[in-house]
Amino acid sequence: MNLKLLNALSLAIATVGLATDALAVPLKFDFKDPKGVNNAVFKLDAPLEAINGSANGIMGTVTFDPANPAATQGKIIVAASSLNVPNSMMKEHLHGDQWMDVTKHKEIVFEAKSLSNVKTSGDNTTADVSGTLTIKGVAKELTVPIKLSYLKDKLAARTNGMLKGDLLVLRANFSIKRSDFGINPKAPQDKVSDNIELTLSIAGSAPH
Amino acid sequence: MKRFLRWFALCLALGATVFWLGAGAHRGWTKNSVAKKTLDEVTGIEGISYEQRFVPGVDFLAVAWALAGGLGAVSLVRRPNSARNPRNNNGIL
Repeated sequence: MNLKLLNALSLAIATVGLATDALAVPLKFDFKDPKGVNNAVFKLDAPLEAINGSANGIMGTVTFDPANPAATQGKIIVAASSLNVPNSMMKEHLHGDQWMDVTKHKEIVFEAKSLSNVKTSGDNTTADVSGTLTIKGVAKELTVPIKLSYLKDKLAARTNGMLKGDLLVLRANFSIKRSDFGINPKAPQDKVSDNIELTLSIAGSAPH
Repeated sequence: MKRFLRWFALCLALGATVFWLGAGAHRGWTKNSVAKKTLDEVTGIEGISYEQRFVPGVDFLAVAWALAGGLGAVSLVRRPNSARNPRNNNGIL
């Protein structure tokens, strides 16, 4: 009698488990980073001058389903005022109306709409993400290669055990044209490269 | 005065060069801050923060040399005879 009850209970638990898996909802990762580690690096390498800098005012949310990474969607926002270069005068120019006009265009936004060429190996997924990049009020459709690393239950390690949950690390490396977004279009290209190399390294958290 | 200007120009050029070399001979623009990377061991992301530090660049060196060159040039300019020897002015002194 007891054995039958135990079997029935085991079956019920297994059924509930399967149903939960089948109904698994995508996780919503918040990329606002209190540690200030998330960053976007930009490089303009012209024959006469190289400009390197970074931004760390990153926020946004990404919806990621570990069982179906291809369905990933989300929006990453970079505060334009967080763009930084090591020379204060250069930074002033960078924030000015000729360059990024940060008082008028406060955000740089990438909205991911779909993923293609999705390849998953363990917790890592590589894909090409297509979406809209908006800089200085100019929106352009583009597709960039991206790497997603799903770190299950790693949030506690990052918050000294204060929060439990998962982490999602996004890495992307791609280039855009300065002229496409109206960023100081009059600057000569031998002094200021038209090509801007961007490297995004960000982590989002999904507490549970 | 001329000798002082020449020595001052030479010291300025040498001092700026030694300072530039000592600060790492940075061949880019002068920096007011320096990027510092810290590794987040959980995510593997290298965070970037900036610490306030003056790093002279080639523009600093160019300005120092130009100033030294200017001072050196001024020291070579000959003053008019009347100004150099007041006796020639009116013959009284």
